Amino acid sequence: MQTSTSWRSFRMAAWLGWLIESNWTDPFLFAIYSIVKPLSGAAILVIMYGIISGGNFNTPLFPYIYLGNAFYIYVGAVMTGVSWAVVDDREHYKTLKYMYIAPIYIPVYLLGRGVARFITGSIAVFITIVAGVLFLKVPLKLAEINWGLFLVTLILGVVMLALLGLLLAGVTLTVARHEGFIGEATAGALYIFSGAVFPLDVLPEWLRPIGYFMPTTYWLELLRRSLVGNVAQAFPTLSNFTNMEILGIMLGLSIFFGVISVQVFRYCDAIARERGLIDHTTNY
Amino acid sequence: MSNTLAIETQNLGRIYKLRGSKKETRKELIALQDVNLTVQRGELFGLLGPNGAGKTTLIKVLTTLLSPTSGWARVAGADVNREPDLVRPRINMVSGGESSGYGLLTVKENLWMFSQFYGAPSKEANERIEALLEMVGMKDRMHTKSSDLSTGLRQKMNIVRGFLTDPEVLFLDEPTLGLDVGASRDVRKFIIEWLKADRERTLLLTTHYMVEADELCDRVAIINKGKVLACDTPTALKQRLQKDVTFEIETSPLNGLTLPMMESQPEVKKAALTDIEDGARWKLSLVEESALARVFNLFAQKDIKVMNLNKRQPTLEDVFVDLVGRSMAEEESNEST
Ligand SMILES: Nc1ncnc2c1ncn2[C@@H]1O[C@H](COP(=O)(O)OP(=O)(O)OP(=O)(O)O)[C@@H](O)[C@H]1O
Ligand SMILES: [Mg+2]
Repeated sequence: MQTSTSWRSFRMAAWLGWLIESNWTDPFLFAIYSIVKPLSGAAILVIMYGIISGGNFNTPLFPYIYLGNAFYIYVGAVMTGVSWAVVDDREHYKTLKYMYIAPIYIPVYLLGRGVARFITGSIAVFITIVAGVLFLKVPLKLAEINWGLFLVTLILGVVMLALLGLLLAGVTLTVARHEGFIGEATAGALYIFSGAVFPLDVLPEWLRPIGYFMPTTYWLELLRRSLVGNVAQAFPTLSNFTNMEILGIMLGLSIFFGVISVQVFRYCDAIARERGLIDHTTNY
Repeated sequence: MSNTLAIETQNLGRIYKLRGSKKETRKELIALQDVNLTVQRGELFGLLGPNGAGKTTLIKVLTTLLSPTSGWARVAGADVNREPDLVRPRINMVSGGESSGYGLLTVKENLWMFSQFYGAPSKEANERIEALLEMVGMKDRMHTKSSDLSTGLRQKMNIVRGFLTDPEVLFLDEPTLGLDVGASRDVRKFIIEWLKADRERTLLLTTHYMVEADELCDRVAIINKGKVLACDTPTALKQRLQKDVTFEIETSPLNGLTLPMMESQPEVKKAALTDIEDGARWKLSLVEESALARVFNLFAQKDIKVMNLNKRQPTLEDVFVDLVGRSMAEEESNEST
């Protein structure tokens, strides 16, 4: 694989993705949307939490939920950002076949298309967290943040999510019909099994192994620990593990899923060429 | 490089598995069968056939979008199925009759982006884009969002995208479909100029317009139901039919000469008669050209004046009818039932 080919695939895809993502006739509306959407999502969660806990926001559970939910924005954004490009290019712009015959690397191109959603997702995460600190007393103190751990975890996690997105893109490629919801559905399922808004211990015992197998579980845990260390460590699920151990597990699982994703994508790509699905439109 | 063929296929076949309703047993559709073609570098090669003949399928296989189910194909020296990465930098493709492109980008941005995917230096690409848009008469639309273009202009933009990357082999699938007469002519002119500018350039186009194939192509393959029925220069294809000589003759009023009388002449194989203002129009198939003298004699006997005489050349349509036994239009209406 030549780096120049990869780089131009990625760079141009990111450029295109950004233009599509920010294609709002009114930048003001775009800004409002980017702020309001994540905040309203968080607000629903806060209200539900308030009702269930009887208004007790001072337990460690609250930041657990709040931060888990905030970072979970990345899961939907990055995964669907990558996989949705297949549907978008094939059905909507009818350009997928032209991308395919161009001398680029399609997987790298698709990863590039996810960059824009990563950027808008980052803004949403940031705003959500700031709102939590300002208005809801999420106990986050700049001086106590483990920046090193936070950045390493964040970057590794985003790469992992992008690769999972590639897996979904492959599946999307082989499905002839308009199946844009694959990304959303997967993101939804992972929400339950990754301990995003409740610790895994809440799940029935036989379902927990799924959560332990998901790199997202460790990713969210590490993000919480790096931001609000001692508060996060209060939860029993992974409390026996040190940060480094969790990072190791996450890295291992990420590599595992990354390799699987690339293989699945290659396989699906071959199937799509065999069945003639690369330029298949449903004209629904 | 120059000694390799631009396109070469060997017993190329493609079968689609059709999945209808669940109860229905799986059916197979043979879209291509034993296609053997060679296209030299520098050629303008045409695929001519009715709807559903397999033209697009062949283009998809040759452009690495679809795997063949049997046989093989090489484009610009590399196997399309096993070495797509070697084929792709050397080719490009445009399908007509569809409006693809990123509507929210301007014409220039759309084109520039594709040039970048092919690794062209940005400045050079911009110059080429301007030159090409100028040639298709779209320079004033350079900064228009492509969603604001009419279908025909979008197609022109798409055609420019194909030429922009200066491919060794360019595939055009029905490039003039849906374009008006003027635009079609521009595109045809452009195609010819592009090929003239570099003798190594090769272009394969599909069409179901006979005239387009005839006018443009160095060689034409006539394809129907997935099979190549004939492949030659348009002239050679038509010469196969030269046995019959057909004339169209306009005469003054008939003075009692009737169609049966004409048909009863031994040299006349087929005759047709239509009334026109102030006279009649004959369409006569004669055994040989010299038989025309007898026909003129007959007119003279009845004191009929010949106003207009046309020797009708066989067209590719006639060649198609000769090969398939039906016209392309009949073949298409049959396909859809
Ligand atoms: N993806 C597909 N799945 C199943 N059958 C297909 C598929 N694509 C094409 N076919 C069938 O294969 C045959 C050849 O189609 P193709 O599109 O190659 O014809 P064509 O010569 O390009 O026709 P047209 O002039 O209408 O574009 C047709 O009968 C068509 O219905
Ligand atoms: Mg076609």
